[in-house]
Amino acid sequence: MSLEVKKMAIIYIDHKAYEVTPGKNVLETCLTLGFNLPYFCWHPAMGSVGACRQCAIKLFKDEDDTRGRLVMSCMEMVKDNMYLSIDDPTAKAFRAQVIEWLMTNHPHDCAVCDEGGACHLQDMTVMTGHTYRRFNYPKRSYKNQYLGPFINHEMNRCIQCYRCVRFYKDYAGGKDLDVFAAHNHVYFGRAEDGILENEFSGNLAEICPTGVFTDRTLKAHYTRKWDMTTAPSICQHCSLGCNIIAGERYGELRQITSRFNGEVNGYFLCDRGRFGYEFVNSTNRVQQPLIRSKSSDATDKQSLYHYLKNILATDKIIGIASPRASLEANFALRKLVGKENFYQGIPEMEALLMRCILYILNTGHVHSSSLKEMESADVVLILGEDPTNAAPLMALAIRQAVRREPIQKGEMYIAHPTQTKLDELASNAAHLSPDEIARLGYAIANALNKNAPLPENLNANTLKLAKRIARILKKATKPLIISGTSLGSESIIKAAANVAFALSTDDKKASLSFIVPECNSMGLAMMKAPSLMHAKETIENGKANTIIVLENDLYRRSAKKEIDTLFNLCKEVIVLDHLHNETTGKASVLIPVATFAEAEGTMVNNEGRAQRFFQVFSPKNENFRESWRWLDEFRQFKDGINPEELKVPDDLMTEMVASMPQFKGAEAVTPDADFRMFGQKIPREPHRYSGRTAMLANINVSEPKPHEDSISALSFTMEGYKGMPPAPLIPFFWAPGWNSVQSINKYQEEVGGSLRGGDPGKRLFPKMPVLEKIFMNHIPPVFSPLPGEWQILSLPQIFGTEELSIYTPGVAERAPKPYIAINKKDAKSLNIIENESLQVQIQDQNYTLPVRIKKELPDGLAGIPYNIPGMCGIGWPAKGTLKKGKT
Amino acid sequence: MISLLRTIGLTFLHMFRKRETIQYPEEKVSLHPRWRGRIVLTRDPDMGERCVGCYLCAAACPVDCISLQATEDENGRRYPEFFRINFSRCIFCGYCEEACPTYAIQLIPDFEMAEYNRQDLVYEKEDLLIDSQGKYPGYNYYKVAGLDSGVKGKGEGHNEDPPIDVHSLLP
Repeated sequence: MSLEVKKMAIIYIDHKAYEVTPGKNVLETCLTLGFNLPYFCWHPAMGSVGACRQCAIKLFKDEDDTRGRLVMSCMEMVKDNMYLSIDDPTAKAFRAQVIEWLMTNHPHDCAVCDEGGACHLQDMTVMTGHTYRRFNYPKRSYKNQYLGPFINHEMNRCIQCYRCVRFYKDYAGGKDLDVFAAHNHVYFGRAEDGILENEFSGNLAEICPTGVFTDRTLKAHYTRKWDMTTAPSICQHCSLGCNIIAGERYGELRQITSRFNGEVNGYFLCDRGRFGYEFVNSTNRVQQPLIRSKSSDATDKQSLYHYLKNILATDKIIGIASPRASLEANFALRKLVGKENFYQGIPEMEALLMRCILYILNTGHVHSSSLKEMESADVVLILGEDPTNAAPLMALAIRQAVRREPIQKGEMYIAHPTQTKLDELASNAAHLSPDEIARLGYAIANALNKNAPLPENLNANTLKLAKRIARILKKATKPLIISGTSLGSESIIKAAANVAFALSTDDKKASLSFIVPECNSMGLAMMKAPSLMHAKETIENGKANTIIVLENDLYRRSAKKEIDTLFNLCKEVIVLDHLHNETTGKASVLIPVATFAEAEGTMVNNEGRAQRFFQVFSPKNENFRESWRWLDEFRQFKDGINPEELKVPDDLMTEMVASMPQFKGAEAVTPDADFRMFGQKIPREPHRYSGRTAMLANINVSEPKPHEDSISALSFTMEGYKGMPPAPLIPFFWAPGWNSVQSINKYQEEVGGSLRGGDPGKRLFPKMPVLEKIFMNHIPPVFSPLPGEWQILSLPQIFGTEELSIYTPGVAERAPKPYIAINKKDAKSLNIIENESLQVQIQDQNYTLPVRIKKELPDGLAGIPYNIPGMCGIGWPAKGTLKKGKT
Repeated sequence: MISLLRTIGLTFLHMFRKRETIQYPEEKVSLHPRWRGRIVLTRDPDMGERCVGCYLCAAACPVDCISLQATEDENGRRYPEFFRINFSRCIFCGYCEEACPTYAIQLIPDFEMAEYNRQDLVYEKEDLLIDSQGKYPGYNYYKVAGLDSGVKGKGEGHNEDPPIDVHSLLP
């Protein structure tokens, strides 16, 4: 959009003048103005096709025209001096007629349909006034398909709006959902039964205006939208920090839906984020504090405190923080153990990469790109990342950037050792070893700016490719560079930074985005603590004898042997976590904590955006307390602080910003706990919430007092302010007459734009240059494979790599089994064919893995799925030896 | 003076009228079939549970005294996993019956539910479910709904065409 103020257009709707932005279609303009105009096929993110004929209005030639003509408002652009009528009787009758036609075949299903109560078709039917089916002939029926563990199919309910295929095929690049047959027989589904392959299939449940595609995980514990206690939350399953709405009923987390944030995820979520929530309900949760030295393990809070009192007062303690714990929890640990005893719970290699990324983004010479900005990039360069697997929604954003190609320039170049799903859109996808990717990056930077270092001994092909990419990047107006930590290469990150530095000028900064490993990796890195390696040294040197591990399975971080030694040297291992894992198995004191759904906290995403998630519900189990609350309480044994004076997270954040100014702004991402709308709190429950006087009546007929939320402006009841809350505090989307997710329209300043009052979250990285622009020089030598030794690559997987989402049965089903990928030539030299097993020795671990041939892999490289169950505990970067198995 | 005597006379005459008061509980009160009393969950003609767990009764309830959880059997037929009515809160307004799309929940002419202990007024599904179709015999929701839940196959329901053959090119 140009910077100059756009001239506004005047349009007349039912003889009343409105000032509107030109260049938008009439439908979105009417919705922005607050009119209730029904529609089906149009979607703010996917645009108009004029297929459903539902948004008809009258358009008049001029002021004097009284006849006018019917037009589809989504296909009509706003022009100055336009005369329209929404209330015109012909237009109204036409819209009612369209719905009546649709309803001739719509089944009598609402009572057993999961969409009911959040259904766009229901809303639109009520809006047009259709009530009784006058058509007495039989209804059409279809057979359904099995579409995998995430999506349920009920084709009878279809109204042929084509939104599903437009999203799945055009927007998300899926291949296996299509429309079949003709005329009134059209069928939306797969060619045959099977799992929907696309990573964004879950969005079909929100895109479909009726109940053809619904959330299958919700079906297993079905709850209507109006019955859920919801809170604004942040996805925990990758570093992008997508905004979600999490819903609870009867003490169980039931559903995740997308919470619109114009700057971050927009309308969509990936399947890992949408369906990976079931760990909260897992039977594997730590239920009670455990003290393992005692005769009976399980204990209560009092005896736990009694036991910890001496340890915390006398022992020399170090704290291990976590990239999946909130800033509050990590800071509470830092306060408890002291700044000098506080360590990041990540391996040295990862800490190094994060330091490097932080330095680059803090120079102020590059712009840390939001997902929204990525969608409008014209040239994308991806160095050593596979966004579809490492940060899925970023891949969706990049897809939109490239998809604009026919109208505007959108080009993409990828360098990654293996094929990625985005390769199909790339102008060039180079499959290179990590070192070669870095060298390519350096060469591009050099071609853009001669001050950047040039790698020696570049081969002609790489040089040619580098020059070609440089030429295109130079012409780009909005270039975007993407890199990340997945390959564990410092050189690639620095090469990406060089390219961005070379492109940046004083007035226009190049966009750069790094994919980082976990949801709060960035926030933890910003705390600037030493890595796990240093923690181990401290323990080995006898400078400390007790360790507190916060929400971190250290066996996923480093080789098993190293962690075993670390724990064996400790007198006490105090672990706070919500799920049992190998680390909690070693704990001498184990403390259960709350998950994201039961706690409040702040996280920093890969872009440097601080975002807050709110507690969704108070768990039945009183032991599930927030980590920061436990840790803050432990300070009474150390500093003699009275637990009564403990701080709420707002105060924790203020304190944190005071001691670590790099977080300035993070304390103010949401209104504080005292915030009220006209003296009222914001209810987490919709006004139709049911069963309040019966849901606990089986335990005691006298209802308990509802739980009070003293730490946020939200309340756990349905009482409170009924209007529109401020953007960071929206617990659910609802507007009168709009029960479905389409009510988001009412919460936006302009339909499809940002939320009223600005999108939530605050970017922490500086806008202005603060450091000198110095090109980095960390050029690796030419990669040449050593005979008998393979460089092992970590290949992130959308399903499987992430620690928590794997507890959802559907995600576990979709996760790959362990394998090792090598190229054809290497397979031949090992005398092995696909699916035969290979003896793999990585460090001192032996694995027997089936071989997968990936012909694009460079020689001497072998890829294994990163951190999937059964393949954790490898120290990266890794080398390994491969031998053919016995059988 | 006259009016006073007239009143006494009228009152005296009432002694010979038919009594409105009945000797409850020895004598039972006769109630109309649509009298709104105790709430029951009925069964369809095939003796399957009529309730499909749609939550509409719970949403309609002005005192929020109904709570349930829907679940599914292996055929995909929905039924309530639990269904609880707190009769100590119920005002017998009948909105739940009105909201019910399957005629499952019905108010019957019975009010004899008094308890000494309030906790005993919490009725679970076992207490509510009866082996009868109640006031609306013959109705089976799954026969008119589109989906296949083991009651009838796709296209075998009331006023429904057989499933479409997607591979057919015929008009």
